[in-house]
Amino acid sequence: MTDIAHTSQKEGIKPPVVSVGVIGWIKANLFNGWFNSVLTVVTLLFLWKTVPPFFLWAFMDSVWNTTGQVCRDAGGACWSIISSNLRFILFGFYPYDLQWRPLLAMIILFVLLYFSQNRKHWKKPLAYAWIAGLFIMGLLLRGGLFGLDPVESTQWGGVPLTLLLSVFGLTAAYPLGVVLALGRQSKMRAIKTLCIVYIELIRGVPLISLLFMSSIIFPLLLPEGVTINKILRAQMAIILFTAAYIAEVVRGGLQGMSRGQYEAAESIGLNYYQTMRLVILPQALKIVIPPTVSQLISAFKDTSLVVIIALYDLLKTTQTVLSNPEWMGFSREAYVFVAILYFLGCFSMSNYSRKLEKELSRGD
Amino acid sequence: MVGLLGYYLVSNTLHNLERQSIATGFGFIHQESSFEIGESLIDYSAASSYGRALIVGALNTLYVSFIGIVITVILGTVVGVARLSTNWLVSRLAAIYIEVMQNIPVLLQLFFWYAIFYETLPSPRQALNPITGVFLCNRGVAFTIPKAHPAHIYMAFAFLAGCIVVYLVRRWAKKRQERTGKLFPVFRVSIGLLLGLPLLTWWMGGAPTELNMPKLVGFNFIGGLTISPEFIALLLGLVLYTAAFVAEVVRAGIQSVSKGQTEAAMSLGLRPPMVLNLVILPQALRVIIPPLTSQMLNLTKNSSLAVAIGFPDFVSVANTTINQTGQAIEGVALIMLVYLFFSLLTSAFMNWYNKKAALVER
Repeated sequence: MTDIAHTSQKEGIKPPVVSVGVIGWIKANLFNGWFNSVLTVVTLLFLWKTVPPFFLWAFMDSVWNTTGQVCRDAGGACWSIISSNLRFILFGFYPYDLQWRPLLAMIILFVLLYFSQNRKHWKKPLAYAWIAGLFIMGLLLRGGLFGLDPVESTQWGGVPLTLLLSVFGLTAAYPLGVVLALGRQSKMRAIKTLCIVYIELIRGVPLISLLFMSSIIFPLLLPEGVTINKILRAQMAIILFTAAYIAEVVRGGLQGMSRGQYEAAESIGLNYYQTMRLVILPQALKIVIPPTVSQLISAFKDTSLVVIIALYDLLKTTQTVLSNPEWMGFSREAYVFVAILYFLGCFSMSNYSRKLEKELSRGD
Repeated sequence: MVGLLGYYLVSNTLHNLERQSIATGFGFIHQESSFEIGESLIDYSAASSYGRALIVGALNTLYVSFIGIVITVILGTVVGVARLSTNWLVSRLAAIYIEVMQNIPVLLQLFFWYAIFYETLPSPRQALNPITGVFLCNRGVAFTIPKAHPAHIYMAFAFLAGCIVVYLVRRWAKKRQERTGKLFPVFRVSIGLLLGLPLLTWWMGGAPTELNMPKLVGFNFIGGLTISPEFIALLLGLVLYTAAFVAEVVRAGIQSVSKGQTEAAMSLGLRPPMVLNLVILPQALRVIIPPLTSQMLNLTKNSSLAVAIGFPDFVSVANTTINQTGQAIEGVALIMLVYLFFSLLTSAFMNWYNKKAALVER
């Protein structure tokens, strides 16, 4: 009796096979209890019914590089609609021979974004790089200088337009949003009321009403003979819209500042502007970086609404292809492609925002 | 300076309006609209006035938003709970759903569902018939509904009465429990009242069982209840998109209640449903409600995208009105006012509810 107890204690009993390894994991995560078992079986059944047919449609039976006529006889997805019209979908009516220019501009933007990811690079040179980058991008799109052929903004379209509207929209909305947030906290009644009314008004109406306003009311406000082009008007609507949301994000940061910060700044004799510029804003804006990135994601998604006022962004160029009789009826493939592009953009940004949030909350 | 700028803009506008000979003011509301609207909850024809057309649009917006919000909250809660499930497969699937839906613009999703409906479903003649009485085709979905009978109206009243009685019973049961500690099976009684009262009315009204089957006449279904592809695409897009956000809200709410709360409640001897009802939900709801409100408002505002797929919501009707009358300022102002009104109404209601659910600090 003592002998057995002694040996078993010495060697230690191995855990049963069913609680470790793959089997153990399956048991603990998929079949713990009857309810979870049923749930697992039902989910597996659902996946079995949906995933293989999808793969069959998207890969096995699909055609990739043909004319629309061949597509109609194929059983699966017609990716030819993308491969045959890729350049139109991406660049719209931008002159065919000059499409390297928006491409280069996009590459510059992505390189800048990539470098800005790392917080170690957040110094003065990066800001200069951005200013220079934005200038070069604008030059590449517009042309007209240094021997580049000018391209009318009515010909801009596709992904560059989407990026332009969202990146410029957020950049220009940011200072306006900060001013509105400060105004909302102001002690001057009139300014405070004005800011509150503006913020709540804009947040209460859909973006589309502002876009309508920009496309139909705005021309009425200008003196006779003066016109502003459509893209700029839509851009202004997006800026005005985004600014109200940025203001609320920034207000969150301002409210996160303790009173002590204000009092300390006051006690060393700083005036209002110095307090804000040197003490409050640098800290408050740092707190709100993650929600600002979320706002950028929203702005990026919201630019798709310019379709409704007939600007040729990524979604509109796709629809233009779909209205071509040769490619009519392949909306699923086209929209899936555009959805993948949007998803890649938004997903990488939201991942970055989450990473940043973790870093900032760790305080390093 | 602001005043001068304002004066400058206004004088420009007046000058431009005069030049293009556009009338100002809301007089157009009484004029005949002379356009048809595909779907309407009230009587409407091309001979009706613009005002009535706008009311039809506003009702359509409210209708789709209301149904959308109800389904979104249910679906979002299910996905949010699934995200926290101990079942690995289910929680992964929920995570994928949330990521995919959140990161694709809602307008694109609307176009996608509309295209699916329009391109992949057959014409009414070859309509799919998955369940008896339900027909799927590119003109929409046709359902079989009970034939109209006066008893149905009484049933609706009975249901309303049931709701009121349930409210009273709950209040009474809560008071009694606080006074005596005795429990009352509120849930079972509520279900019984809500189902029983209408059923009883139905039986007393002569138990009408006649059905109104959709029939193929010419190129379309007549009879039954037909839901248009525009409505379904809009509802589907809005619900699937917003539910992903609601799921995140619900997940955060549930996670905000610490595990110790559940354990403490269990150790007091409360049974699991009571733990959920009395301890977890009241605390989680406090965290959930404010962001949930803003998601509901987002859904209502996003319903304005209906104009892109041709569902006659308020923006769509107002847009047609602007195109016909040229009165852009009034039209856009109306759009803004109506949405502001909806927004303020929703947030007022939710603030009231929020106050009720808020922590009472002693």
